[in-house]
Amino acid sequence: MERPLTSNIKPGQPAPDLAEYERSGGYEAVRKALRELTPAQLTGIVKDSNLRGRGGAGFPTGSKWSFVPMGETALRPKYLVANADEMEPGAFKDRVLLEGDPHQLIEGMILAAYAIQAEAAYIFLREEYKQAERTLRKAVAETYQAGYLGKNILGSSYRLELYVHVSAGRYICGEESGLLNALEGKRAIPRSRPPFPQTSGLWGKGTIVNNVETLCNVPHIVRNGAEWFRKLSLTGDGGTKLYGASGKVKRPGLWELPMGTPIREILEEHAGGMRDGVRFRALLPGGASTDFLTEEHLDVRMDFSSVEKAGSRLGTGTMIILDDKTCPVGMVHNLELFFARESCGWCTPCREGLPWTEKILREIEAGRGRTSDLDRLALHARLLGPGRTFCALAPGAMEPLQSALKYFREDFERHIREKRCPWS
Amino acid sequence: MAVIYIDNRPYTVKDGQNLLQACLGLGFDVPYFCWHPALGSVGACRQCAVKQFKDEHDTRGKIVMSCMTPAADGVRISIDDPEVREFRASVIEWMMINHPHDCPVCDEGGECHLQDMTVMTGHVHREYNFPKRTFRNQNLGPLVNHEMNRCIHCYRCVRFYRQYAGGRDFDALAAHDHVYFGRSEDGVLENEFSGNLVEVCPTGVFTDKTLKRHYSRKWDLQTAPSICVHCGLGCNTIAGSRYGQLRRIRNRYNGEVNGYFLCDRGRYGYEFVTGDSRIEQPLARPERSAALERVARGEALQRAASFLRDRGRVIGIGSPRASLEANYALRRLVGPDRFYLGVSTEDYRMTAAALKILQAGPARSPSLKEVRMADAALVLGEDVTNTAPVLALALRQLVHPKADAAAKTFDLPSWSDAAIRELVQDEKESLFLATPAHTKLEDAACQTYHAAPDNLARLGFAVAHRIDPASPAVPDLAEEVDRLAEEIAAALVSAKRPLIVSGTGCCSEAMLQAAANVAWALCRRGNPALLSLVLPEANSIGLGLMGGGDLQSAFQALREERADTVVVLENDLYRRESAAAVDAALQLAKHVILIDHTRHAMAEKADLILPAATFAEESGTLVNSEGRAQRYYQVLLPKASVQPSWRWLGLLNEPASGTADEELFKLDGILADIAGELPQFRPILEIAPPSGFRMMGQKVPRQSPRSSGRTAIDAKENVSEPKPPEDPDSPLAFSMEGDEGLPPPALIPRFWAPGWNSDQAVNKFQAEIGGALRSGDPGKRLIEPQVGAQPDFFQTVPTVFEPHDGRLLLVPLYHIFGSEPLSALSRGIAELTSGRYVALHPADAAAQKIAEGDTVQLELDGISLELPVKIAASLPPGVAGLPSGLPGMEHVALPSWCTVTTILQTPPLAPPQNGEGVGGGVGAQS
Repeated sequence: MERPLTSNIKPGQPAPDLAEYERSGGYEAVRKALRELTPAQLTGIVKDSNLRGRGGAGFPTGSKWSFVPMGETALRPKYLVANADEMEPGAFKDRVLLEGDPHQLIEGMILAAYAIQAEAAYIFLREEYKQAERTLRKAVAETYQAGYLGKNILGSSYRLELYVHVSAGRYICGEESGLLNALEGKRAIPRSRPPFPQTSGLWGKGTIVNNVETLCNVPHIVRNGAEWFRKLSLTGDGGTKLYGASGKVKRPGLWELPMGTPIREILEEHAGGMRDGVRFRALLPGGASTDFLTEEHLDVRMDFSSVEKAGSRLGTGTMIILDDKTCPVGMVHNLELFFARESCGWCTPCREGLPWTEKILREIEAGRGRTSDLDRLALHARLLGPGRTFCALAPGAMEPLQSALKYFREDFERHIREKRCPWS
Repeated sequence: MAVIYIDNRPYTVKDGQNLLQACLGLGFDVPYFCWHPALGSVGACRQCAVKQFKDEHDTRGKIVMSCMTPAADGVRISIDDPEVREFRASVIEWMMINHPHDCPVCDEGGECHLQDMTVMTGHVHREYNFPKRTFRNQNLGPLVNHEMNRCIHCYRCVRFYRQYAGGRDFDALAAHDHVYFGRSEDGVLENEFSGNLVEVCPTGVFTDKTLKRHYSRKWDLQTAPSICVHCGLGCNTIAGSRYGQLRRIRNRYNGEVNGYFLCDRGRYGYEFVTGDSRIEQPLARPERSAALERVARGEALQRAASFLRDRGRVIGIGSPRASLEANYALRRLVGPDRFYLGVSTEDYRMTAAALKILQAGPARSPSLKEVRMADAALVLGEDVTNTAPVLALALRQLVHPKADAAAKTFDLPSWSDAAIRELVQDEKESLFLATPAHTKLEDAACQTYHAAPDNLARLGFAVAHRIDPASPAVPDLAEEVDRLAEEIAAALVSAKRPLIVSGTGCCSEAMLQAAANVAWALCRRGNPALLSLVLPEANSIGLGLMGGGDLQSAFQALREERADTVVVLENDLYRRESAAAVDAALQLAKHVILIDHTRHAMAEKADLILPAATFAEESGTLVNSEGRAQRYYQVLLPKASVQPSWRWLGLLNEPASGTADEELFKLDGILADIAGELPQFRPILEIAPPSGFRMMGQKVPRQSPRSSGRTAIDAKENVSEPKPPEDPDSPLAFSMEGDEGLPPPALIPRFWAPGWNSDQAVNKFQAEIGGALRSGDPGKRLIEPQVGAQPDFFQTVPTVFEPHDGRLLLVPLYHIFGSEPLSALSRGIAELTSGRYVALHPADAAAQKIAEGDTVQLELDGISLELPVKIAASLPPGVAGLPSGLPGMEHVALPSWCTVTTILQTPPLAPPQNGEGVGGGVGAQS
């Protein structure tokens, strides 16, 4: 089985330096693109590959790039941003890529930047990823040294400056327009669309924001072709995917597997099944802001459309597993505490609604809940839905809550009835 | 035009609006918070949700924010859909979970947009049973009160303060449900427009701190349309009174003038009306050397009559801060030949020059709305932030060429505030400032130039010459100034609506002429240039249009013994000419009659003082810098003997009519006389309906229909209900009885509509939201440009400013708080008024080893002043700055050459303050 994204990553060992990376075929794609491909051709290949954004929304990457204004009339400079603000609870996939193979990301960024003819690129890095920052800074320096960055890259007329920017640390910075505001030095509040970042992004110029994993796929697509990439997948969405598992499984971890690998296979073969003495209860397939799936969904394939059909989202593909010895109310309360704290405070439903749900959940968990609280929670799950809030933070926060109310209603009611947490 | 469907009915609306504007304009009640017609849409509060449908078959629809959705042709929405109503009620509920519900003790209560919107959405019951969030409040200075716990986080305050008004010391701090709107630490809000937070805030976070000292609910105020008297812009205000006391000033929307906003001097300068310096009784001296004594009204009139017996020996000195009516009444009393304008020779010359330029030239004096719509501007010589503050606010809103272009490229509507700001970034608008020293507008300008007044004028002439070589060339122009002139000329020529701003601030006629040349050169090229000339006082233009001699001519009449009796109208001559000159002249007068409302130095020289009404106690007319005549109305009954100056003067004019029959002297009568005698004022009859105007047979009530009505306040004297006072001068009644329909725009006493108790009710008074008032914005222009006129360019270009050996050119610097005498008597403004100082350039100071804080002696024209020094790096070398008109400062005719000698050196203690701390720049509040 091919594992293009992680083939260079050796746990416990330092990331490959530029020479090692080049030995494994690194920067061949940049050479190929700059010498043989026009930006439009490069975008075309990525479109053909069916690469979809790995940040959670799954938007087709090539299409996204194609919205950037090209040619003489485009506002300059244009920007490419790697979203490395990985703060979704349960997600640690980008961290592995950042720490394990920084040049793979840099190469992907050069290619993406070339495709949209960007003059500058930023890696917007989560504040806590200190190791990744060190690794990246070293790699970026090497890349400049080798002439893959800066003026006249590989003797072509193309130039690109790349900067590592460390976030001040808010979840909302991971939302692409909130990220752009933060990068501009403004409050990290999302922007309304239209205009989309592709046309008016960083400092009002055409900008592409892509997730780290998305960008890391690009060198392999350019080197091996779109068809090769499509075939890596078991389903229609191209490529491999980094899947993770956390919770009380035997081997929590991260694996690169074909896109569309069934949940059961990830859970049982790779994560080794549940620890002894606990039983599987449910899982969040793609991080904290996705709906719970249960036993009945274990054969669902982990790709964008299959998980959606099952009533959740692939999200980041890093699963959080709930077991029967853990209180689901407590788990959801913990998640909502996170979301309430991370609300940027811009729009009313999110700013005020999330803390309210968090307080209700806290009361239920503490044995002070009332039956009417469940209606209040359900109401919030509905009223904080998509389109009603300014961005997707609150709707995402409601996904685990609404599915918990569906699958664990009896647990909520027991808390209220028994005036205590049955797990405590 | 677009047809939109609201709950299945078609409506035609103007293109380019969002759904919220369109719905409000059609009269629908859609609740909102974060949207503001002057600030645009950002979609933060989620209150204005409506349901949008794809087509007539779509029954599900989706919830959208009406402020963020274009009212495009064919759009179908529902306001009444149950799901969206539930959502809107929930938004209120969320806001209210942390709101303290302290309405009974909140100053906003009764005019609170949050209250109105809560009722509008139908939200009545909340199940939130957790502790409320609490914040620590800040002391933001003497004008604005802060109560953060009431905040519903609509972000309007910070958007107004930072983005609209250019403030930097106030921000949104912290995150999630702890976002805090305030300063990084307690302290006076630095921005001159901070008082607008009181109106911009939809609830009681920001309230009027001056009102707090004499609080009344909105519904208990008598309110009347008024005009601000604290500068020449004539911003429209609503004055509110209760129990014979002026309680507050609020903004009165006039789309052509101030729009939605006032400056802090205009909002908070009103307390002089109830101040300790008021003259409330006639005062007279039994003999020249005796002290002033109270006299009865009848006796006062008799004395006046005896002083005025020989009319041929009487001269009248008018005032640019008094109404047109009062000045006219004085002019009629003494005769046109013996009527003087009461301004210094310099002011007289400047006003005359400004008027001539506006009357003879093709360039139009713009309304403030036209200023906001200009797309390039040159400010020549004027520190507008301190001399005409709301003009500075308007200049911050110039149409940004980039915003225009970006909006077109990205098909963005003009109300899409955040998206347009993102595209514009920090790129400055085409605003060029040329002033003697640093001004606070500079952060908005693309280029600034500091120079001596003559050099500023030279820049103006150079710009004009660049635009039209037929205008005079400027010899010996420094290369960098020439480059700047070229840049300015290019920006003005390429603008669609170029604007030139100048004024009397530098007392430089050459400056006005240079400004005129630039505007006229543009007009000759076919660019419809606007020319805004700032005049200092509320009725400077009105007085200029009336005509009369300057103060020195009046003094000369006394010296030449052509007169021996002087009637001074609402004027402190000691602010106009040097004390020595005024003393010498008044010495020659046998009788001095002063008619004024506020005590000042002139009182010591008056033999008889008649207590005049302030703007709040009389009705009258003022002409602003644009040339717009505007009516203001009495809002409270003056104390017993106080009456409008024009009525006193009418009584003096007709002693035969005795002391009782005031009916003869009504506003309508004097207006008719003015219009009949002076054709330039004929339009003043049309600016508002005459006193006999009735709606459905009734007057327009000054009290709201919700007034508490009678109280026991006078019960100790009389328990029977007194008849409401009569108002013979206007169609307004001192009563809650009257017609509640929409009055003509000049008569709107308050903005109120059923369900809209806050000032947001103004929506209901506009035909198009953010546009003109229904039936048109009030006021009539008295000056129109000569379309197609090609007056000769002014030819006299000043020579390059040369610093004189050992002497400095002293120029005036202005302070929004302090330079205008009436507002400076108000408590809040007085607290913010700068101390006296002289500002020196660092090189000039160093040459004499003078340091910041040293006391120096200033010698000029026989006047000697002792002042502490401020070092101002932005002043040109060889130029020193003297704050204009601060309380306690002697009058000095400026510009003038002076010498500076040190008399007291301070030990080097505090490091120098901000080097730019001169004028109202920063120093005013330090």
